[in-house]
Amino acid sequence: MRKRWLRIPAAWITPLGVIGAIIAVAWVGIAFTARLWIPVDPLSQDLPRLQAPGIDTLMGTDALGRDVFSRLMAGAGVTIPLALTLVLMSLVVGTLIGAIAGYFGKWVDELLMRLTDLVMAFPTVILAMVVAAALGPSLFNAVIAAFVVSWPQYARMTRSIVLGLRTQNYVMAGRLMGFSPFKTLRVDIAPNVVGPILVLASLDVGTAILLLTGLSFLGLGAQPPTPEWGSMISAAIQNFDSWWIGLFPGLAILTVVMAFNFVGDSLRDIFDPTSQVSRAAARS
Amino acid sequence: MGKPARATRKYPPRSPLVGYLLRRLGTSVLLLFGVTVVTFALANLVPGDPIAAALGEGAASNPATVEAYIQERGLDQPLPVQYANYIGGLFQGDMGISLRTAQPVASDLAKAVPATVEIALLAIVVSLGVGVALGSLAAYRRGKISDQLVRVLSLIGLSIPTFWMALVSFNFFFLQLRIAPGAGRLSPILPPPPPVTGFFTVDSLLAGQWVTFTDALAHLMLPVFVLSLFTIGLLTRFVRTSVLEVLDADYVRAGRAKGLSGPRLFFGYVLRGASLPILTIVGLAFGVLLSGTVLVEAVFAWPGLGSYAYNSATSLDLPGVMGVGLVVGVVYLTINFAVDLLYGVLDPRVRLA
Repeated sequence: MRKRWLRIPAAWITPLGVIGAIIAVAWVGIAFTARLWIPVDPLSQDLPRLQAPGIDTLMGTDALGRDVFSRLMAGAGVTIPLALTLVLMSLVVGTLIGAIAGYFGKWVDELLMRLTDLVMAFPTVILAMVVAAALGPSLFNAVIAAFVVSWPQYARMTRSIVLGLRTQNYVMAGRLMGFSPFKTLRVDIAPNVVGPILVLASLDVGTAILLLTGLSFLGLGAQPPTPEWGSMISAAIQNFDSWWIGLFPGLAILTVVMAFNFVGDSLRDIFDPTSQVSRAAARS
Repeated sequence: MGKPARATRKYPPRSPLVGYLLRRLGTSVLLLFGVTVVTFALANLVPGDPIAAALGEGAASNPATVEAYIQERGLDQPLPVQYANYIGGLFQGDMGISLRTAQPVASDLAKAVPATVEIALLAIVVSLGVGVALGSLAAYRRGKISDQLVRVLSLIGLSIPTFWMALVSFNFFFLQLRIAPGAGRLSPILPPPPPVTGFFTVDSLLAGQWVTFTDALAHLMLPVFVLSLFTIGLLTRFVRTSVLEVLDADYVRAGRAKGLSGPRLFFGYVLRGASLPILTIVGLAFGVLLSGTVLVEAVFAWPGLGSYAYNSATSLDLPGVMGVGLVVGVVYLTINFAVDLLYGVLDPRVRLA
C-alpha cells in the first residue's frame, strides 16, 4: 500500500511541470535556508551606496548601502513562507465553509454564499488594500487582508462539488448506513474535492505572492527595514537610474510565481484532462 | 385539498427577459448595499483609532477637538444611525475629507476617474484583440508547438508583477531607449484638450487637435501595454477553451461540410459561438485591470484612481483609500451588471436559469 505513494505516474512528468517544480523547490529551499549563507547581513548599511552590480556586490547596493543580493535572498524567507501559510489558511477555512454550505444547504448555504458574493463584489487587490489600510500597515495585517479576499474561491469550488455529489446514490447509501454528516463529508465526499482544490491551491500560491508583494509595494505590508521584494521595488521608484534595485526583486517574484503557475497548470491536466478552464472561470 | 394554485395572480405574465433583468438588478442593488456596509464597517469598526487617524496625532491629543469631531460626525450615536448618516452623506457626494490633499474625497476622485477609465477601456480592447487571436491560434493548433508556446506565454503573463513591469518598461523605453514619452497623460508643453468626456484622446479629436491626440495616445501606450499583460494571459486561456468547445460542435462541422473554411468559418461560426462565454470573462478582466491600475499608475505618474489609491495608501489616508474602494466597488458592480444584461439579451437560455 505504501509503495503506491512513492511512485510518480509517468503521465505526471511533463516538461512544464518538472521545470516549475524544480524552480519552486529551489525557491522554497532558499526561503528556509537563506539566513544561513547570505554573504552580508540584509540590514547592515556598511557598503557604498547605489553601487552597480559587480564582483563584490553581485546585484549592487541600494540607496542605504545595503546589499541587494543578500536582501533578495532574505526576502524569499519573508514572502514565500507567508504566502504558503496564507494559502493553507484559505484552503482550510474556505473548504470547510464550502463543504458546510453545500452539504447543509438552505439558509446556511444562502448566508455563506452571500458572504462570498460580498467579497467578490470587489476586485481582489482593491479589497485587500482597503482592509489592510483599515487594519494598519504591517506584514501581519497584509496577510489577514489577503486571507479575507482569498478564502471565497475555495468555498465556491468545494460547495459546487459537494452540491453535485450530495444526492449521488453512493452518498445516500452511506447516509442510510447511519453516517453522520461529517463522516459523509470525510469518507464519501472529501476524496472528490482533493484534486480540484490542490490545483486551485498551487495556482493560488502565485496569486498570494503577487498580492502580498503588491500590498508591500503600496506600503501596506512589510515595513522598513524588512527585506521584502515588494517594498524593495517600491524603493526603486525613488532611484530610477539605479535599475538594479528594482530589477532583481521583480525577477524573483516573476520566477517564483511562474514556477507555481507551471506546477498548478500541469496538475490541472492530470486531475481534469478534459477541461482547461481557467480558475477565473471557476470563480465567476 | 391543497392551496389554490398560484395562477390567480392578477398581473399579466412578464416576459422571461424582463424577469431576468429585474432579478439581476435586485441582486446588484443588494450587493451595492453590501459594498457600502463593508466600507462603512472598515472605516468605523476596525480595531485602531479612526478618530486619531482622521485628525492626526497632534489634534487627537486634545480632548476638546476630539469631542467636537465626535459631535460633528455623529460618532456618539448608535451604529445604525451612524450608518444611515453615512449612506445619506454618500448620496450627497460626501465621502469625507482626504487627509493628504485636504480636499473632499469625492471631488478628488471625480477628477481621477476619467483618466483611469480611459486606460482601462483601451487595455480591455487590446487584451481582447490579442487574447482572441492567441487563444484561437492555440485552439486551432491544439497540441502542436504553437499551442504549447501560447500556453507558456500566457502563464508567464499571469505571473508578472505589474508594478515591477511598469517600472522596468518605463526605465527601458523612456530612460534608456528614449522611444516612449515620459510620465503623465500629456507632454508638459501641451495644454489639456477642452473637457467633454474626460478622455484626452476623445476630447482632443473632438476639438480637432491632432498634435494633442497623438501625444495623448503615445502616453497611453506604455501603461496600457503593462496593464494588458495579465488580462491577455487570462483571456488567451479562456478563449482557447471556448474555441475548442465550439470547434467540436455540430454546427461548425456542418459549416465545414458545406465547404466553408478560413475567415468565413472562423468569424461567422466559430468566434460567434465562442463569443458568449468570452463575454462572461470580460467583467472579471475589468476587475483585474482596476486592481492593476492601483499598482501601475503611480509609476507613470498617471493622475487616475490608481495613483490616488497609491498615494492615499502610502500616506495612510484612510478616507482616501475607502473612497477608492467604494468607487471601484461600484464601477465593478456596474460593469458586471452590464455584462450579465448583455449576456441575458444575447443568450435566451440564461434568462430561464
